[in-house]
Amino acid sequence: MVERTPGIRPRPSLGRHLDVAARRSFPAASTALLLLVASGPFGLPGQAELLGALALGCVFFWSLFRPASMPPSLVFALGVLTDLLSYGPVGIGLLILLIAHGLAMLWRHELTRQGFVIVWLVFVAVAAGAGVLQWALNALLSFRLLPPGPVVFQAALAAGIYPLLAVVLARAHATIAEPARA
Amino acid sequence: MIRLSIPARQALARITLPVLIAAAFGLLLLGKADTVLAERAHMALADALAPLYGLLAEPVAQARRGAETIGQLLSQASENARLREENEQLLKWQAIALALDAENTALKASLRWIPDPASTFVTARAVADAGGVYARAVLLSAGPNHGITKGQIALDDHGLVGRVTEVGARSVRVLLLTDMNSRIPVTLESSRGRAILTGTNGPRPRLSYWTEGVQPVEGERVVTSAEANAFPAGLPVGTVHFTAQNVPEVEPAARLDRLEIVRLFDYGMHGVLAPETSVARPATERRH
Repeated sequence: MVERTPGIRPRPSLGRHLDVAARRSFPAASTALLLLVASGPFGLPGQAELLGALALGCVFFWSLFRPASMPPSLVFALGVLTDLLSYGPVGIGLLILLIAHGLAMLWRHELTRQGFVIVWLVFVAVAAGAGVLQWALNALLSFRLLPPGPVVFQAALAAGIYPLLAVVLARAHATIAEPARA
Repeated sequence: MIRLSIPARQALARITLPVLIAAAFGLLLLGKADTVLAERAHMALADALAPLYGLLAEPVAQARRGAETIGQLLSQASENARLREENEQLLKWQAIALALDAENTALKASLRWIPDPASTFVTARAVADAGGVYARAVLLSAGPNHGITKGQIALDDHGLVGRVTEVGARSVRVLLLTDMNSRIPVTLESSRGRAILTGTNGPRPRLSYWTEGVQPVEGERVVTSAEANAFPAGLPVGTVHFTAQNVPEVEPAARLDRLEIVRLFDYGMHGVLAPETSVARPATERRH
């Protein structure tokens, strides 16, 4: 992609290839690292919910603004990692991340032209839908009615943490995750 | 990389997501059908992360201890007065305990009492919270060849913590007694009534199915019961506390929110194995 645009550019040396590859893999790698750190032994209240909220926020942001670096296969890998780290039934978090990715891909042409508030409101709706789905699948898998409190908290946490996440990720999007700056 | 024509590549890109969503459903069903596989996957990752968590846990615990020390320094004078008073009372209790112990030994000797089998234990460090949105559990870091098996009983220095549910090569997962899959047979200490302690995922598990004619009393001590051969009798669990809705709950004696060192006891009891946790089990609830 980078090579097709006209203009003066440095020689395509090995170092430059590595630089481009590192920048392309930044979104998925940083998300995986963030998840591993968030599962660490910090004893924070609501840490389990934080893990799901971070995964949803990161996958939604990168699917929307840099889908080339967040293909479905990587979303799948991140989903499996989230489920294994949260010790829940494998598949629920995975399914939610894939659906969030699909929705972001579907709406990205309209959404990327909108301001931050619109994107955030859409993300809040996605997080609420994810909460409902998570609650329903957990209840279905255990054949019993579960308290909705934890998923409501997780959805609220995801909605609240997204602006913060977006500020940091938007900065990264324009700098270290930008292959054109290699 | 294989070179594909542009329409083929577009078609491939379009079907990837549906295929992966189908695969996610497949994983969901596979995990439900084959809990052993899901457990093995969880513990493989836990084994890989346990040493890392162990490294992180130490500075975190030190920082917490440091903060506690500062708090203690501020309230040292009042704390000293309280401790002196408490020490006096405890000395009295010690005298009573020694007398009772001697009497107990004499009585047991004259009754030809069969002593409880001796237990062995190993100690491990709690390195991470291994719960999740719908589970309460901790991950312990254990060395290789630890010899820990499922169903072993975890205690901290104050009381019962839970039971071992998943065993990996270097890590062990303990299901806390507050988890909603946890059911523990208990004895109400003063009335000797039996009950079941049901986890709710909240900080205090609930008492249910207590013996007819016996009412749990506020502040009463609750200990494990040897019924169902899952626990030895008499391990301290906590104290009864009634909620505003008059539901008896148990305030755990163990400090479950800040576990650091946990002892795993092998009483050789395998009457009821701890529940599988990756998938919650069906249970019929009956309220008193």
